[in-house]
Amino acid sequence: MAGGIRDKVAIIGMGCTRFGERWDAGSEHLLVEAFDEALADAGVEKARIDAAWYGSCLDQVNVGNSAIPLSSALRLDGIPVTRVENLCASGTEALRGAVYAVAAGAADVALAAGCEKLKDTGYGGLPVGSKGTLNDLWMPYGSAPGNFAQLAAGYRAKHRLDRDTLKRAMAHVSWKSHQNGVNNPKAHLRKVVSMEAILKAPLIAEPLGLFDCCGVSDGAACAIVTTPDIARGLGKSDLVTVKALQLSASSGVEFSFHSWDGSYVANTRNAARRAYQEAGIEHPRRQLSLMEVHDCFSITELVTMEDLFVSEEGGAVRDVLDGFFDAVGGLPCQIDGGLKCFGHPIGASGLRMVYEVYQQLLGRAGERQLRSPSVGLTHNLGGAPFNGVSAVGIFGLYAA
Amino acid sequence: MRGIVSTGVYIPRQRLERRAIADAHAWALPGLRAQAKGARAFCSWDEDVVTLAVEAGRDCLRAAHRAAVRQLRIASTTFPYADLQHGSIVAAALDLRTDLEALDCANTQRAATSALIDALQSGRPGSTLLVGSDAPQARAGSDQEMQYGAAAAAVLIGSEQVQARLLGTRSETAPFIDHFRRRTDRYDYYWEERWIRDEGYLKLLAGNLRALLDEQEVAATQVAHFVLASPLDGIAGAVARKLGIAADAVVDSLASDCGYSGAAHPLLMLAAALERARPGDRVLVAGFGQGSDALLFEATELVAGSSRCRPVARALARRKTETAYLRMLSCSGQLEYAWGMRSEKDAKTALTQQYRAADQMFGFVGGGCRQCGTAQFPRLGKCVNPACQASNTLDPLPLADEPARVLTFTVDLLQYTPSPPFNFGLVQFDNGARVMMEIVDADPETLAVGLPLRMVFRIKERDGLRHYDRYFWKAAPAAQGEG
Repeated sequence: MAGGIRDKVAIIGMGCTRFGERWDAGSEHLLVEAFDEALADAGVEKARIDAAWYGSCLDQVNVGNSAIPLSSALRLDGIPVTRVENLCASGTEALRGAVYAVAAGAADVALAAGCEKLKDTGYGGLPVGSKGTLNDLWMPYGSAPGNFAQLAAGYRAKHRLDRDTLKRAMAHVSWKSHQNGVNNPKAHLRKVVSMEAILKAPLIAEPLGLFDCCGVSDGAACAIVTTPDIARGLGKSDLVTVKALQLSASSGVEFSFHSWDGSYVANTRNAARRAYQEAGIEHPRRQLSLMEVHDCFSITELVTMEDLFVSEEGGAVRDVLDGFFDAVGGLPCQIDGGLKCFGHPIGASGLRMVYEVYQQLLGRAGERQLRSPSVGLTHNLGGAPFNGVSAVGIFGLYAA
Repeated sequence: MRGIVSTGVYIPRQRLERRAIADAHAWALPGLRAQAKGARAFCSWDEDVVTLAVEAGRDCLRAAHRAAVRQLRIASTTFPYADLQHGSIVAAALDLRTDLEALDCANTQRAATSALIDALQSGRPGSTLLVGSDAPQARAGSDQEMQYGAAAAAVLIGSEQVQARLLGTRSETAPFIDHFRRRTDRYDYYWEERWIRDEGYLKLLAGNLRALLDEQEVAATQVAHFVLASPLDGIAGAVARKLGIAADAVVDSLASDCGYSGAAHPLLMLAAALERARPGDRVLVAGFGQGSDALLFEATELVAGSSRCRPVARALARRKTETAYLRMLSCSGQLEYAWGMRSEKDAKTALTQQYRAADQMFGFVGGGCRQCGTAQFPRLGKCVNPACQASNTLDPLPLADEPARVLTFTVDLLQYTPSPPFNFGLVQFDNGARVMMEIVDADPETLAVGLPLRMVFRIKERDGLRHYDRYFWKAAPAAQGEG
């Protein structure tokens, strides 16, 4: 593996809107809201930004395709602006572009932005579009919960797990995120929900119930990145640097070859292995201070604990039920409420995860501040367990 | 002389209790209660004349050699398209040879019997696959709604290994218009039943049948099986009585479990007759509509030997009793449900792409890698095996008849489907291929990892804007009603 980008790039400013049903704001307002916060945090002139990357997923909903929605929302005049789309991992993909530009020396200061305006669809849930003329001919288009519910079937079969035990572990995942979301003023859902209510909620896609599914939200998030040297020159003392940014996309093996057993997300494992190597992490369970993972559905978060090699294979159920990932547990996960409660404006989600890790590392997380975290992980997943994209980012305090 | 080599049948799984129909209409039409016996078959939203024909064709061809089929005839009065040869889709789905003569036969209740006569008397090489497939629709509250069903029956016609050989045929044509339906109309317009019976069946048809028996010098009492399909109750018995055919020779109309399936019905009843026939039995088949067709067969020694397949019995057994009358109306498009915004998705088919992938999509032909042997679907440029990944090494590999099992699944209550819930999952074929598929004809509580599956040809998606239906394959529980 090449040298990687560890410690080559620092995050100097971040912004994130309140997520939720933002009937008051279009994408052009949300982007400005997140950007202004990030710019004030960075303490640089807007004119210092050399290039920008923009992540959004569903261009058929309001935002539109190309980089123009970002360049016109922020009036980015005369600089290269690029739109990236990699399903629900689009936000992390935008950050990867900005970070790579700085690491390459092509830009001194770069912007990553992500936005999605999902509440202009007219109904709850994600719109389903064409997946290409060939796929349209044969691929069954289930709902997002339907796609991820497949994991539960595979996981149960592999670990010979009864439905009730898995349902209880899944419910704990959501229960914990609701507990955490209460302390986040920017979260979409800020309400404690009882285990009983979660377990009794109506089914959406067997075995996922209503509370096993994340919120569908509007929102935007931004990051401004530069080199550690320039950051120091700007008078920054505590620096958060990028330790790793890795990504893996399905090549068809999971759903066209016979090797995968349906119980895990291969892309997450691939991206995690590469990210740990890039960041120099050998014992993630011990070395990580916090994680923000892609809990689009409770089953996804549960399985992700194993795919990130934090739980033993088959051990996530026990870890979850033991409270290991709770706010007071050994490795807090979704301390900001996660996709479940912070919300999931697709293109913004990857950057929202980084936003929380960044705030926690700098000790600015208010009521939900963890005790002296030093390394945080973000995991941003797109598509389906059997055919998708996984991104893993690792961020930490700069030691040098 | 050509004869019948094999038969195949498909009856849609859903059978609506006629009582449910009568109950729904009791407020206005209490008289329908008199017909509230048994159940009628109806198509699910994803079944039509084409999918029915494909399934009947598969049932018929299982034992025979597909390569020998040189002519394909599809007979129906409810073809979905006015200009699109339905046989071309059926042929592709059955993976028949491409140097095939195909012809759609339509516009009369005797479309199938006339096509059968033509095929039997043909001097062409190879064999002919004839499929009658019909799903007639009826206005809510009409007698036809009670009488009609849906089914397809296939007959393979050839000159070797025949189970029934043709003795003779006789046809008459007359402008006897007992009912009609314009192409733009959905429902039939019927004249008085008593006139149809007396002037049509008992005079016109009976006269033709008697003439054929006389020509063949066969006494009516020698007829062991009398096939007369009619939506009208008791007609076959009345014609038999008039001709002197024994009452127990009258083949059951399948009214109690299927209903009258239009142009397909004479072939369906013929298949039922051959299930019971013994060598030497005379089988008289009638077709009625603007005149009539009469065909006389003699069962050969092979008829008993082919008892392996009892296609009608099997198709009748594969059933799901339905009591929701509105489900039938919704499936047929007679009732517009409020499916919500999720149903608004554009389903435009790229016809260029569909043609490029025609064998994959219509025939469910995947790929087998020449280099590493990996079976896969779809057939892309590079082999999916991570240890191979060779370019352009995939040879066509049919999957439609390969055994498979559920690897993962869910019962999706959120996804729009005209028949909720939407069941789908990863299907693992025994040969190594793996495909994400919709799972149909399954009761959600019976779904489980490892459940054996068989493949069925269905409509994948309907394009409500352009009225083009996209066909593909779905998976169904294998064991259901088998045997």
